[in-house]
Amino acid sequence: MSAPAQISGVAVVRALRDAGWTALIAFGLFLPLIGFQTVQNMSNVLVLDTRFGLLAVFVAIVAGGRLTYSLAIAPRLARAAARSAPATPSRLRTALARWFSPFVIGFVIVYPIIVLAITGTGGAVKWVDNFGIQILIYVMLGWGLNIVVGLAGLLDLGYVAFYAVGAYSYALLAKTFGIGFWELLPLAGVLAAFWGILLGFPVLRLRGDYLAIVTLAFGEIIRLVLINWVQLTNGYAGISSVPRPTFFGIPFNASDEGFAAVFGLEFTPLYRTLFLYYVILALALFTAFVTLRLRRLPVGRAWEALREDEIACRALGINTTNTKLTAFAMGAMFAGFAGSFFAARQGFISPESFTFLESATIVAIVVLGGMGSQIGVAIAAVVMIGGTEIMRDLDFLKRIFGETFDPTQYRMLLFGLGMVLIMVWRPRGLIVTREPSVFLKERKAIPADLIKEGHG
Amino acid sequence: MEVFVQQLINGLTLGSIYGLIALGYTMVYGIIGMVNFAHGDVFMVSVFISLITFLILTAWIGISSIALALLIVLIVAMVFTSIVNWTIERVAYRPLRGSFRLAPLISAIGMSIFLSNFVQVAQGPRNKSTAPMFNDMVVLMTGNGYDVTLSYKQITIWAVTAVLLVGFWFLVSKTALGRAQRACEQDQKMAALVGVDVDRTISTTFVIAAALASVAGTMYLMYYGVISFSDGFVPGVKAFTAAVLGGIGSLPGAVVGGLLIGLIETMWSAYFSIDYKDVAAFCILVITLIFLPQGLFGRPDVEKV
Repeated sequence: MSAPAQISGVAVVRALRDAGWTALIAFGLFLPLIGFQTVQNMSNVLVLDTRFGLLAVFVAIVAGGRLTYSLAIAPRLARAAARSAPATPSRLRTALARWFSPFVIGFVIVYPIIVLAITGTGGAVKWVDNFGIQILIYVMLGWGLNIVVGLAGLLDLGYVAFYAVGAYSYALLAKTFGIGFWELLPLAGVLAAFWGILLGFPVLRLRGDYLAIVTLAFGEIIRLVLINWVQLTNGYAGISSVPRPTFFGIPFNASDEGFAAVFGLEFTPLYRTLFLYYVILALALFTAFVTLRLRRLPVGRAWEALREDEIACRALGINTTNTKLTAFAMGAMFAGFAGSFFAARQGFISPESFTFLESATIVAIVVLGGMGSQIGVAIAAVVMIGGTEIMRDLDFLKRIFGETFDPTQYRMLLFGLGMVLIMVWRPRGLIVTREPSVFLKERKAIPADLIKEGHG
Repeated sequence: MEVFVQQLINGLTLGSIYGLIALGYTMVYGIIGMVNFAHGDVFMVSVFISLITFLILTAWIGISSIALALLIVLIVAMVFTSIVNWTIERVAYRPLRGSFRLAPLISAIGMSIFLSNFVQVAQGPRNKSTAPMFNDMVVLMTGNGYDVTLSYKQITIWAVTAVLLVGFWFLVSKTALGRAQRACEQDQKMAALVGVDVDRTISTTFVIAAALASVAGTMYLMYYGVISFSDGFVPGVKAFTAAVLGGIGSLPGAVVGGLLIGLIETMWSAYFSIDYKDVAAFCILVITLIFLPQGLFGRPDVEKV
């Protein structure tokens, strides 16, 4: 027998033993929760069902996956790692990076038209609304939080609080005083920024995980107050029939003064959707533009310096209090814009929309995208939000798994799993290189291993 | 007075449960410096495991003694929850060790979302409730037409918590494992150099944390008798508050913090407003972190250049 065959024989035995252990652990892992199911019977008493078949399938999948990994994938990965040279950005990639943003912006602008051409009026509302507007809201929130987390390095797990402030300011002021969307949009931003400063003040001395937990607590406090202050916010029931935005005073409805009638068009809900799409697109691009410009201003440089090393910052005479507060205020302001847009788009808001899960989603988008990278954040938002939105209409899976199979309930399950997997796969996020705002001779991207962060 | 004593009893019971969960947070934070966000959901999973084991024992095997059943449930839940937490550490946190600080935190948040949704899909979204157990109680004092009672459940919770804490304290301060843990806490590289298996020590820490959480889970099931997939987050955050209040990284601090949070929550519900009891807990977290960031028993954080 030749030597390589012998080695592979040992490897096979080892892989089998490894898979055996994995199967055992998977059995222990899944036995209680997959093997048994608690169900209420007719007299409302909890009884147990068994699903040992499903359990066996799960264990087999895990063990088989482990076996394939150690026999087929791991050796290949090891060979690839041994072969690969230190990566230098090729010319193609530089060109790609250069033309990527203009191309994407162009695509996003014509996206509704493409959708309209493909799916027709009926389908377009769904595609523009569920995918376009929904994703763009998260892109905007991600870019807003990127100022706080990505640039200033302050981990904020309660970002959704400012989103809620924006949404409730718009809803309450518009309903009570009848002020329009365009007047209230800046006001909501200012109010949210005010709350950002208010909440930023006490937490200035905190760093890292402590800061994260306090901001989480703030987010939860605001949500609980929204639930319990029924006189103002109507509690769990939320605020319904929030005034919708108008096209410079022309409402989007079927009346004679409506948008369709004024412009001599046939009425469809599509016009409002398209209008909202371009509003949120403009808002998101505005966020990106402001962030890009701010990075070149002293305050933006101070943010990035603060992220890299707070003590060095103070030694250099940077006022860390003001730097942190401006970061909080700017981030909160964009969340306020997004919040008032959200309220105007939904026409209904309730505390349910502002749970910790939303904050976690936005933070995940920023971190998965590669903190500080605008393009990375946008890509992460498309992947995470678009991915979970697609899960909503995978009806063809019903044909495979039977009629009772409901793909929507696996949405958040896969979302959580996706967060873990992307983090394990690329701990620094999807886009790891940095574009410096100041440079000596030539502009070049900074590779990931030179970036130190996370002292916040 | 009677109301106060009654709330004191209830608060200490709730606080014992929080304290047990808080120990898991504080141990993991002490050893790898991360907030294990999924710990509240591990607790929730342990309640489900307890519930399923309890149903198997009582409805299938037909054990009539509740006390014996609960003892078996406790051990089974400890074993299976430990497997869950061991796997989580192995899959979601170990590959990220030595990576930058936010990575494990995001991974933990993802794990938390995954766990609660996994339980929702596997066990259904409805509340699961069992028949109440151990309903006997002792009347301690009577006055103004109000009986102050101490139920057997509460006595059990106190006793189990106390016994476990003594055992746990012995484990951490007297055994080789505890020594290895404290060594890793101080300096992982140095500990590895003197022959401590750092990976194994961290895994064991997660297993112990899960075991303590599952004790809390069994007690929770016995005390409240109802659980749903979303019940991990709030106890998790409150237990974390307890750990911070006691000084994160400090083991006695976690227990004292848990008891304090339990007391504050029940007193607040009794005397002020039950709607705002979670707000009270979160406010305490904020106030502690702002004015007393090292907690009651924690070491102050020294800023090094």
